[in-house]
Amino acid sequence: MKLPIFLDNHSTTPMDPRVLEAMLPYFVEKFGNAASRNHAFGWEAEEAVETARKQIAKLIHADSKEIVFTSGATESDNLALKGVIEMYHEKGNHIITSATEHRAVLDTAKALETKGKATVTYLSVDKHGMVNPEDVRKAITDKTVLISIMLANNEIGTINPVKEIGKIAKEKGILFHCDATQGVGKIPVNVQEMGIDLMSFTGHKMYGPKGVGALYVRKKAPRVRIASQMDGGGHERGMRSGTLVVPLIVGFGKACELCEQEMEAEGRKLAAMRDRLQTGIMKALEETYLNGHPTQRLPHNLNISFAYVEGESLLMGLKEIALSSGSACTSATLEPSYVLRALGVGSDLAHSSIRFGLGRFNTNEQVDYTIKRMIEIVTKLREMSPLYEMAKEGIDLKSVQWAAH
Amino acid sequence: MAYSEKVVDHYNNPRNVGSFKKDEKGVGTGMVGAPECGDVMKLQIRVEGDKIVDAKFKTFGCGSAIASSSLATEWLKGKTIDEAQTIKNTDIVQELNLPPVKIHCSVLAEDAIKAALADYKKKAETETK
Repeated sequence: MKLPIFLDNHSTTPMDPRVLEAMLPYFVEKFGNAASRNHAFGWEAEEAVETARKQIAKLIHADSKEIVFTSGATESDNLALKGVIEMYHEKGNHIITSATEHRAVLDTAKALETKGKATVTYLSVDKHGMVNPEDVRKAITDKTVLISIMLANNEIGTINPVKEIGKIAKEKGILFHCDATQGVGKIPVNVQEMGIDLMSFTGHKMYGPKGVGALYVRKKAPRVRIASQMDGGGHERGMRSGTLVVPLIVGFGKACELCEQEMEAEGRKLAAMRDRLQTGIMKALEETYLNGHPTQRLPHNLNISFAYVEGESLLMGLKEIALSSGSACTSATLEPSYVLRALGVGSDLAHSSIRFGLGRFNTNEQVDYTIKRMIEIVTKLREMSPLYEMAKEGIDLKSVQWAAH
Repeated sequence: MAYSEKVVDHYNNPRNVGSFKKDEKGVGTGMVGAPECGDVMKLQIRVEGDKIVDAKFKTFGCGSAIASSSLATEWLKGKTIDEAQTIKNTDIVQELNLPPVKIHCSVLAEDAIKAALADYKKKAETETK
């Protein structure tokens, strides 16, 4: 078995070799600008882009004309929130979102608030990280123009009841944006059934290249309009100017096509592997806690808190396995994961959390190795932990007067 | 973030992990930090005469926190009480090449040393009374 092992597939995914193969001709040989309408080089590029647009649209049950290419999900989120607020400012300026959204949504919403362009309601989530559709309904005011709720969370994998939220949005005539970055290509997404008006997603989370993403913008019932945030040649129906990155778009299209064909079988395989990982670790180690929803979660996500050991020190002992932690020590802010905090997970357990993200190229052999190493390192660090020692002595850690620093 | 070689060495081979009995004669215990903040250090010294003859630690925290406390126990052994008082967090930062975001780990280690020394002195006073 080759080391290191990549188990951080929520951060990015390795590109599928079939995607690279599809992209290669579009760097040197077929280099045309898709906006060049007057010669063969342009036509060739345009054709490739339109094929990709169809492949992408098919995966989410949209029309290819509803796909706007961007540089990635962060740009798509920015374009959706800022574009809607700017376009519909006469109608209202209120946004409803949730506390566990990705920073690309939260920081964009905050930026709009700071500039006085929007007022924002941040809905809390339940202990599993799920948004309650009824909370969305209650938060709606006559100034609400946008609801932005993610499909699935990037840390804990919890899948939101998007269909119910879409129904409420439709009922009230409010636009619904969904950041589906972690879900597209992993679980079935249907923008019609889910009542989604705008949707962000990106290539590199689904075995495609980095640097390309899309914003789905509904064309019919209702026809959604957004103010462009990048002006220039009027590309992408005037919503996002800039020369299209043809090779990346071709790769993104191919990645979507592969997901569309393989998602069902792959989802089953990943869920089985994830369950193996979860059982293997949680059966062997006491005081481990699952973060996120027990069933309504992405098939490839696992997030566990290991009481009495700190996340970064865990990762340090697992150098040959790429993982991520909700520990403050892995972030620049020294604050533990805001997502776990929003679930009501205590700071101590948030510091002790590890996120596992399985992907297309992981194997059971890698999973078994990870289980073995996790057990070793947690046991070693607990032997070194004063908290574990106190807990073993029967001291209630909550009753201790800690000198906070 | 890359760890310095010395931090990695202390993390992989922590010196003096363990515990003394708190109420044992000559033992001083310092416990600093909080679980909510992501680090708790327990540092203990065993004093004979005015010399620290042994030191032990247990730490809940990141690699740099573990390394800082491991290093502290190494430095404490063989020092007199007065010499131990002079250990500064900046010495730990320098020895372990800690980056700015990890300076708080060294501060915590200094606090733990001070707390252990204070605990020993307090105990010694009551014992002589």
